[in-house]
Amino acid sequence: MASPTLPKLVGTRVKRREDPRLIQGRATYVDDVKIPGLQHIAFKRSDIAHGKIVSIDTSAAEKMDGVEAVFTGTQIAELLKPMPIGTPFPSPEHRAVAVDIVRFAGEAVAVVVAADRYIARDAADAIVVNYDPLPVVVDPELALQGKPGLVHPQFANNVALGPMPSGTGAPPGHAPDDSAVEKAFKDADVVISQRMHNHRLVPNAMEPRGVVAHYEPGRSQLTIWSSTQNPHILKSMVSGMLGLGEDQVRAIAPEVGGGFGAKINIYAEEYVCAAVSKKLGIPVKWIEERSEAFVATTHGRDIICYIDVAATKDGKVLGIKMRLIADIGAYNMLLTAAIPTLTMLMANATYDIPAIRTTLTEVFTNKTPTDAYRGAGRPEATFFVERALDMLARELKMDPAELRRKNFIPKDKFPYHTQMGAVYDSGDYEASLDTALKASDWKNLLKERDELRKQGKLAGVGLAMYVEVCGIGPSATLPTGGWEHAQVTVERDGRISAATGASPHGQGNETTFAQMLADQFGVPIEHVTIHHGDTAVVKQGIGTFGSRSQAVGGAALHMAGTKVRTKMAQFAGALLEAAPEDIVFEAGKIMVKGAPAKAKAFSEVAGFAYIPVPLPEGMEPGLSADAYFEPTNNTYPFGCHIVLLEIDRETGEPKLRRVVAADDAGNLINPLIVEGQIHGGLAQGIGQAMIEEAVYSDDGQLLTGSFMDYALPRATDFPMFEMHSTYTPTPVNPLGAKGVGEAGTLGSTPAVVCAAVDALSEFGVKHIDMMLRPEKLWRVIHGKGGAA
Amino acid sequence: MVPISIKVNGKVRKGHVEPRLLLVHFLREQLNLTGAHVGCDTSQCGACTVLIDGRSAKSCTMFAVQADGSEVVTIEGLANGDKLHPLQEGFWEEHGLQCGYCTPGMIMSAVNLLNDNPKPSEQEIREGISGNFCRCTGYQHIVNAIQYAANKGGR
Repeated sequence: MASPTLPKLVGTRVKRREDPRLIQGRATYVDDVKIPGLQHIAFKRSDIAHGKIVSIDTSAAEKMDGVEAVFTGTQIAELLKPMPIGTPFPSPEHRAVAVDIVRFAGEAVAVVVAADRYIARDAADAIVVNYDPLPVVVDPELALQGKPGLVHPQFANNVALGPMPSGTGAPPGHAPDDSAVEKAFKDADVVISQRMHNHRLVPNAMEPRGVVAHYEPGRSQLTIWSSTQNPHILKSMVSGMLGLGEDQVRAIAPEVGGGFGAKINIYAEEYVCAAVSKKLGIPVKWIEERSEAFVATTHGRDIICYIDVAATKDGKVLGIKMRLIADIGAYNMLLTAAIPTLTMLMANATYDIPAIRTTLTEVFTNKTPTDAYRGAGRPEATFFVERALDMLARELKMDPAELRRKNFIPKDKFPYHTQMGAVYDSGDYEASLDTALKASDWKNLLKERDELRKQGKLAGVGLAMYVEVCGIGPSATLPTGGWEHAQVTVERDGRISAATGASPHGQGNETTFAQMLADQFGVPIEHVTIHHGDTAVVKQGIGTFGSRSQAVGGAALHMAGTKVRTKMAQFAGALLEAAPEDIVFEAGKIMVKGAPAKAKAFSEVAGFAYIPVPLPEGMEPGLSADAYFEPTNNTYPFGCHIVLLEIDRETGEPKLRRVVAADDAGNLINPLIVEGQIHGGLAQGIGQAMIEEAVYSDDGQLLTGSFMDYALPRATDFPMFEMHSTYTPTPVNPLGAKGVGEAGTLGSTPAVVCAAVDALSEFGVKHIDMMLRPEKLWRVIHGKGGAA
Repeated sequence: MVPISIKVNGKVRKGHVEPRLLLVHFLREQLNLTGAHVGCDTSQCGACTVLIDGRSAKSCTMFAVQADGSEVVTIEGLANGDKLHPLQEGFWEEHGLQCGYCTPGMIMSAVNLLNDNPKPSEQEIREGISGNFCRCTGYQHIVNAIQYAANKGGR
């Protein structure tokens, strides 16, 4: 479907309107917010992973010049209830600041308020905490045997959730019927079985988190600035925790320096800053340090999967079994428990598989809690299924592309009801595969690989398909509601002010949304301003996550725009003595269709709407409207990623030679921005496969707790990505746009690992777990273990 | 407190600072030049990069007192009035930024790169900015942006 109105800017590579302030250092991130009398907060954090707090001595800190106040967990507990979560699953009590027991290294144990950030840090360092160590639970599979101890005594064997079955013959709330799945495995010619680990990552948005909280006792109003993806959810949750009405809290997401899912959660620090500001009646600021972010901001992924695939000897998949163990760390955060359920939901991948059984167990360990990280559950599903199908192709000596083609959901079967309960909206997986194969010149790519091998090099080709669940979602799928809100006002002078609840942090909504409105009203894009991120300006909203800002937020904006346009056509009809349905909006004018001489300037009609003399019968003055868009379903973008990779035989170092991406996000509003989104996703997906990993020691210390140790990808880690698209619109929203924020992370990770396994095939390697550390690959090459 | 005098974006700025005050905090908090950002605490990310006496430097890795008597250019001082620097133009034209947090530091590093090597290859650009992290772009559009500026003869 084309854009609903004049497609002048929609679909084109419009330069971003956000950029002038960002490239000149004129943007306002949370640490740039200044308020007279602002005091700084620093947290004292646990340096052990599990222990009983025996004593806290804050006396030295309190005596320091410039220290305003010190709060222990017990004192904070008088101000704040236990923290709420956003999922309906059982959850242990979680205090914003630990009261009796610390359960991960980095958990807050005390709070300092001081005149500047240096003094606050000095004072936090001067607090002395004595702990009685408790057994540290690190290995999730041992944890499930209750070894070496319990993270939360009331959760036996550290089971946070499950085992929860899903899939064929397992409707929610019923005992599963395994007969179809068992039959698939009985009928199979070949079964592939493998344990895989989709390991833990640290999200690492370049801007760490930060909060400014300002409670004004005279007005009984709290304003909270936070580097968050969803200020409206923050407003609701902070007001609930502080015992304030939602009318008494204004939340502002200023410029936000990246999120990647980790800034969805509403964190302890947000509640603490708000509560301390209210308690002391002064504005406070907390800015997360990077080393702090490594342990205090949620992590991503960390799911172990035991996968079995049943297939015929000609490569038709009959059934899949996946037993998932998710290491969620020490506590349930806002969406923690829900993320691995998305791995189950997407176990069908792009394939027409008749029988699937997934079983999920979530387990507590003494680590930083997990929550959403770009892709959030879907990259894990994609990785497990794609790797297993690659193993199947290798076992059957089939071309990995042809094996996938054989199992695709055909394009005439959409909407497609999966075994997992999802309804895929639209898709053409074969077109995506063919686009990627053609772009990569597949046959020659294989020849190139073979040529490299003849030269004695270790070269491999990897391919992976993906489909993900995006545009989240109907209200039934989100505890906050799954709609998005928008406001559109045509001002008196004919300029357009709009507001969206889809609060961006790099997605470029100020540009894409302005493109849509400029087209809808036939005005220059320079006459449109998109407001966001301030709950006093944007009345309601959900936020930006799950690749939803365009598919849901954009659709809401389109709805609001349509309402205002319809009303403006009525005013224009009255002025031009024409029927509203004959009115067209074009190039800054409003005119009668087929009679271009009968026209008024856009601004003149706008002015008339506010001084309507005479007021057309039955009309109210003014040109503004709100809209809430509630999608009927999620969207399911998809694609195919192909990688050519070489491994140095001497050092084991892997090097990417080519990355080819064919992505389908439905209709695109701005292909330039879409490309940027996919580039970033590819970088994070490849980063996971090749260099990024959160590593814990046996005593629960994050060994990769700084940029000295955690390999965040650099520019030198990538070749130029080769970008291609197909366009399969979604019927779920009027724009036909599916969402693209997470797509790049889906196919790239398994494609890289498939390529590495291919490169190592001369050593009989069937599977290798990420990340592809040179030392690990060297061991494989030199026959010293490291792979299955 | 130690008196310091630093020429920042062409103007002499005087201050009295604690010896331990980082240059980036002096710029951000005392001069209100908030374009340089703090993205890490180990000198890895480069979000705080500025030019000191014409060379790129990480302003979180030196004390304000160490910059006494030197000349500092921050992202705020890069454009010539309303005319963007070719690198700023390149980042805008080529969509070289998303969240924008790394951008000021990335641009200042690129200024240094093009000063040293006005016509860098793709690989030289990638190496030239390898002291700066970006989590959003996958670097591809940043490489394009720097190439754009190089083609314009921009430094």
